[in-house]
Parts: sequence; structure tokens; C-alpha cells
Amino acid sequence: MSELFSKKNKEAFLNPLGSNNPVTVQVLGICSALAVTAQLEPAIVMGISVTVIVAMANVIISLLRKTIPNRIRIIVQLVVVASLVTIVSEILKAFAYDVSVQLSVYIGLIITNCILMGRLEAFAMQNGPWESLLDGIGNGLGYAKILVIVAFFRELLGSGTLFGFNILNYDAVNNAGYINNGLMLMPPMALIIVACIIWWQRAHNKDLQEK
Amino acid sequence: MKALRNYIDKVKPNFMPGGKYEKLRSTFGGFETFLFTPNTTNQPGGVHVRDAVDLKRNIIVVVLALIPALLFGIYNTGYQHYHMTGEVATFWETFGYGLLTVLPLLIVTYVVGLGIEFSVAQMRGEEINEGFLATGMLIPLIVPADVPLWMVAVATAFSVIFAKEVFGGTGMNIWNPALIARAFLFFAYPSKMSGDAVWYGAGEAVEGFTGATALSLAGEGNYDTYSFADAFFGFIPGSIGETSALAILIGAVLLLCTGVASWKTMCSVFVGGALTAFLFNTFGSDANAMAHLPWQQHLVIGGFCFGAVFMATDPVTSCRTESGKFIFGFLIGAMAIIIRVLNPGYPEGMMLAILLMNTFAPLIDHFIVGRNIAMRKNRVKANK
Repeated sequence: MSELFSKKNKEAFLNPLGSNNPVTVQVLGICSALAVTAQLEPAIVMGISVTVIVAMANVIISLLRKTIPNRIRIIVQLVVVASLVTIVSEILKAFAYDVSVQLSVYIGLIITNCILMGRLEAFAMQNGPWESLLDGIGNGLGYAKILVIVAFFRELLGSGTLFGFNILNYDAVNNAGYINNGLMLMPPMALIIVACIIWWQRAHNKDLQEK
Repeated sequence: MKALRNYIDKVKPNFMPGGKYEKLRSTFGGFETFLFTPNTTNQPGGVHVRDAVDLKRNIIVVVLALIPALLFGIYNTGYQHYHMTGEVATFWETFGYGLLTVLPLLIVTYVVGLGIEFSVAQMRGEEINEGFLATGMLIPLIVPADVPLWMVAVATAFSVIFAKEVFGGTGMNIWNPALIARAFLFFAYPSKMSGDAVWYGAGEAVEGFTGATALSLAGEGNYDTYSFADAFFGFIPGSIGETSALAILIGAVLLLCTGVASWKTMCSVFVGGALTAFLFNTFGSDANAMAHLPWQQHLVIGGFCFGAVFMATDPVTSCRTESGKFIFGFLIGAMAIIIRVLNPGYPEGMMLAILLMNTFAPLIDHFIVGRNIAMRKNRVKANK
């Protein structure tokens, strides 16, 4: 048991959530972070989907890592990721149709998400399945965490709602002169919020500051 | 004046390193420089040829050049209000009404912007720059008079932090901060900024008296609502400082005489705009009403004049090379008209054109410098 939760494994799981976050530190997966974060619900679904796919792809590739010929490893990784993405996409269509319509192509585009290929190449190819699983979940959640923070601000300030529930759109608020910020619904603002998170993180973490 | 100087000299040691209020050094320095010429301009130990013009003088000239546009803007705000309500008002009533509308905007921008500038300089322990004095004057002049004050505050804060301070403060910014503030308002609160619902009179007294600006009327094919003379002298609705081409040109003369703004940029903006509008007049499709707005009208309505004189010539964000200034200006004028004519969604093309060319200014400079180097190399080769 102590093997399973050794210090190294803990790091594999916890680092992506904090000091080695895939979005804010490695700056991967920015594209979908801009596209799906106008509202909280699709952002959370996207975060969960990516977490599941990274975790499973990591485990599968890690199991196969000794049999994959080095020259065609990218193709093998892509096939595994593509199958998983298809499965997740079909499940969403079956059980959460509205959200899958909202997310449209972005579920399919998880296949091109740099976090996936990055983790497969950098971690799963060298480590055992259990470590890879932890690493996959950690990175997926690290990605989801940023998505949720960004989506929270964008939905609250852009549409005045959270999960679709009305927070700010009342007559009293509007009569006081408050108007929802339309810029928040546009992708540039997502980039600026991500930048603010990076700013905050680097200000608080001396190791990340560039010399 | 003498008493002030004495007082400052008396309290100065408190703010120097080791003093009681050491931490507030930047703030103190800011006020001292604002009041008196700093006596520490030259570093001993080197030969420096210095001009009497420093950043503070430059900025003050820009602020002075903006005064005619500001005064006219104040008057026009009142004029448009009484024009819409149909009341008859004396000159001073009109001016007073405008003053009460414009002054809060001015105060809000200065308080918010300078507040952020002071605290950032304080945090970094740097000297306070005078750059915001011009920006803070520009922002109220390029927004409609009825824009809520909190929006202006948010936009100012956004532009000072994200367009200026994150790049390193005055002189390091890529885009013109005043235009970023306007772009923020334009995209965040479009209903308050442009189009049909934009303010006309003011406040609740004239609710319902909203109407289109000259640009959106022209988009519908109504060219004659405002005559060329009205638009030139500025008795039309629009953002506070942008309506009167005459007041802006007075400012332009001051800027050009003092050499603060480059005539190369300014003139080429007008040439680029006029030429593009003329081409649209001649070859534009009949279906597009905007394409047939007479070219001279294009230059006096909307923010074209204001942008050409005060925004495009910003020495920080425009091209630094002399021939680059021609290209930079020309493309601003051309892009502004192209955006106005071909994209009805963005009636004010000037703002977007300048921001776009701000982005490309370093690239233009890069190629001009490269070409100069190549030319000199060839010359050396030919002389060998």
C-alpha cells in the first residue's frame, strides 16, 4: 500500500494541480480553454471528459509501452486517444445531449489537445500503469481546475448567471446601471483571465519566476 | 511659489531613504516633479546634449492641444441636449450643462488611472511617469457623454493595467492605452457605445430622445442629415471630443509647431483615408450605402480626425522610423475607411484601424531598418 502512494506517486498526482499545471505552467490546451469556458456547465463536462480520456489513455499506453515500436508510437497513441474520444463523445450524445451540442466539435478536438500527447509521450511511455493513471487524473483535473475558474468569471460577469441560474439579471441591479460585460463572452477575455491566473501563480511561487 | 518650494524642501528628508515616509518616495517624487522642474536630469560623468523638452513637456503640450476639443466637446454636449429637448438656452447654460456632464468623466478617469499608476510605481519603487496625464484626458473625449461613470472607471483600470503596466509602464506599451479603454467599452458594452441607441441629449430628462450618430445614419444612406459644415465645426452628436474637426485641427497646429506629433504620420492618415474613400466612391458597389458617402465627409465625421491627430501620432505606439511613419499613417487611414465601409457591424473603423496598425508598427520598423542597412551595405560595396 505504501508503494502505491509513495512520495513520487503523490507528486505525479499533485504537481499538475499546482506547480506544474498543464494550462498555466506548461501553457498547453489553451485553445479549448478559450472555446468552452463561456459557461460553467460545458467547462465542467469538458474538464471531466479530458480527465477520463487522459487517465485511460495513459493507462493503456503505459501497458503497451514495451511492445510499441518506437517509430510508429505516435500513430499508436493517436489510435488509442481517438477511440477513447469517440467513446466519450458517444456517451455524451446519449446521456447529456444538450451539453454535447454546446461543446460541438470541441469534444472531438480533444484528440488534438496537447495535454494528451504531452502526457503520453512524456510520462506514460516511461512509467508503469498505476503512476500513469495518477498522472493522467492529476493533469486532467489540473486542466479542469483552470477551466472552471475561467468559466466562473466569464459566466458570472458575461451573462450574470452561474450554471444557467440567474445571479445578476434582476431589475434592481439593472436599474442601478449594471450591464453584463459582453467582452467576457468573447475568447480574448478567457486569455486575459488565464493570464491573470498565471500572473497570480507566478507571483506566489518563486520557483516559477523567470530570471 | 517660494513658500511652496520651501515647504517641499522642508518635508523632503522625510521621504528620502532612511526618512519617516521612505515608502512613499515615488508618490512624493511625482508631486515634486509635477510642481517644479527636477534638478536631477543630468547624471554627472558623461557628455549629454539635452533638449529642453522632456516627457513632462511633451505630455503637457498634448494636454494643451486637447483643450480646444475638450472645450468644444463640453459646449456641444450641452448644445445637443438643448437641441433635442427643444429648449432655448443661453451660451452659459449650454456650457454649464456640458461641464456638469463631462467633468465627472474627466475626474473619474484621472482618479482611477492615476491611482493605479501611483500604486504600481509605489510597489515597484519607480518614479511616477506623466504619461497618464494625456491618456486620462483622451479617454473622456472618445466616449459618448452618457456612458455610465462606473464603465469608464472599469475601462480605464483595464487599459492602464493590461495595456500599459503589464508591458512595463509609460513608453513600453504596444497599443495606445486610451484606445484600448475605448475598445474595451465598445466590445463589452456595445449598447452604450455606438449605433442607434447611443446618447443624444443627456440623463433622464430626455429619455427616448436617442438616435443614430452621423456614421450609422450614413450607413443607411442618409448622407445629408448633417452638412459638411456642421460636421466640420462639430455641431453633430458623437463622442465628446471627436465631433469638431476645427477644434481638433487647432490642436493639430499646436502639436505640429512644437514638433510633438509627426506631420508625416498625421498627413498620411488623411491621404490614406481620402484616397480609399475616393476609390470606394468611384468603384464601390451600389448596394453598399456607406461606399458612396462622399470622401470629404468621411474625414470629418466619426473619430477620423481625432484619431489621425491625437491617436495615430502617439510617439510610443506609432512607427519610429521616418519612412515607416508614412506607411503606418497611410495604412491607418485606408484601414479605417475599409472597416467603415465593408463592415457595418463596426461603424467606428478608426479605433480598430489604429489598434491594428499599432500591432504592426514594430514590423514596419523592422523592414525599414533592414532596408536601410541593405542600402548602406550596397553603398559601401559600390564605393570599394
